[in-house]
Amino acid sequence: MAAFKLEIVTPEKTIYSGQVRHVQAPGSEGSFGVLSGHVPFLTSLSIGLLRIDEDGGGQVDMAVSGGFAQVASQGVTVLAETAERGDQIDVERARSARERAEGRLGDTSSGEVDAARAQVALARAVNRLKVSGQI
Amino acid sequence: MATLRQLRTRVASISNIQRVTNAMQMVAAAKMRRAQDAIEAARPYAQQLDAVLGNLQKSIDPEENPLFRERSAERVALVVVTADRGLCGAFNGSICRRVQNELDEYAGKNVELVTVGRKGYNYFRNRDVSIDTNYGEVFRQLEFAKAAEIAQGLTARFIGGEIDRVLLVFSEFRSVAQQIPVVQQLLPILPKQEEGDAERDVDYIFEPSPEALLDTLVPRHVNFQVWRALLEVNAGFFAAQMTAMDNATKNAGELLDELTREMNKVRQSSITLELMDIIGGAEAVA
Repeated sequence: MAAFKLEIVTPEKTIYSGQVRHVQAPGSEGSFGVLSGHVPFLTSLSIGLLRIDEDGGGQVDMAVSGGFAQVASQGVTVLAETAERGDQIDVERARSARERAEGRLGDTSSGEVDAARAQVALARAVNRLKVSGQI
Repeated sequence: MATLRQLRTRVASISNIQRVTNAMQMVAAAKMRRAQDAIEAARPYAQQLDAVLGNLQKSIDPEENPLFRERSAERVALVVVTADRGLCGAFNGSICRRVQNELDEYAGKNVELVTVGRKGYNYFRNRDVSIDTNYGEVFRQLEFAKAAEIAQGLTARFIGGEIDRVLLVFSEFRSVAQQIPVVQQLLPILPKQEEGDAERDVDYIFEPSPEALLDTLVPRHVNFQVWRALLEVNAGFFAAQMTAMDNATKNAGELLDELTREMNKVRQSSITLELMDIIGGAEAVA
């Protein structure tokens, strides 16, 4: 299988850069897979799992929380606000974030905006826990 | 002339201060290098963000988005980004002076400040200007989420019509010796000059529509501008502190040299005096 270049960048640093065979990413319209020779494609991402099949044969799972993926002839670029490798996720932090978000959602006095924010925070926390294999 | 004992205490205290400034200089140098790396690390993201925006621009007019829409600047928010700490020469002062210029420029309009970093807040707290929000302690642990929080607050108020224009005032890190205060318009976003790049047009498939993509992209662009300002100020602060502490160490060295010379003079003349006494005494006895 032909390999292509994958780059995952965040505002804080470049998280991943390397040759890969297949990428599965959480598009906002549904999860999609990219193989070498894909048509040029630009999509926004939702919160979810990004799975990389590396050229060397290994598999890397990442938790991403929104962003963009750009598929071009040179390769794939993922722009994410945050991206973490599954084995480097701070499980404790994700757990407490989940509890906090659930608490805020249970509190009916908070406004619509707060509720929407808590929803997103909850989704992020649950996604991190899922990717790290905790649930 | 000061007595020997007075001179000794001064020399001791100055060399203590010199030790402190020297240590601070080395710490600032190490932290500056790390801050510079952070600026470097953010660059690929900026380039990719621009590339995606460029691709979208080929299919739609970015001015469709409300964050690009210009309106008359009646209510202006100035975002003042300074460091939390001092001992860095004129670094924070020159940013505050730049803000003061902007305040004069917009005199008569409704201007408010949003301060990031303690020094700017302390400077403007007792002055005749309203501070809407203060974000303190941002630099202790610099993370993107903080920048996003600041940017999202401003974006929401811009869209809600509470403010018509948002300007960022911060210091750009040009080099170790040069940090220049700059004013950058954050909102509305100034459309990028179309560069005549000869890049062949690729027909992208957009998912969802280009309009929807732009709507998610633009707030990220704003977040990133704030993040960049934070990174620049962080690196600039350590560079300015390093220079200031280097000067202080040098000055302390000069002062020490002078004082040591004077101390030796005093010591020598007192020895001479004692010798004269002894010789005079011995002659009297003989």
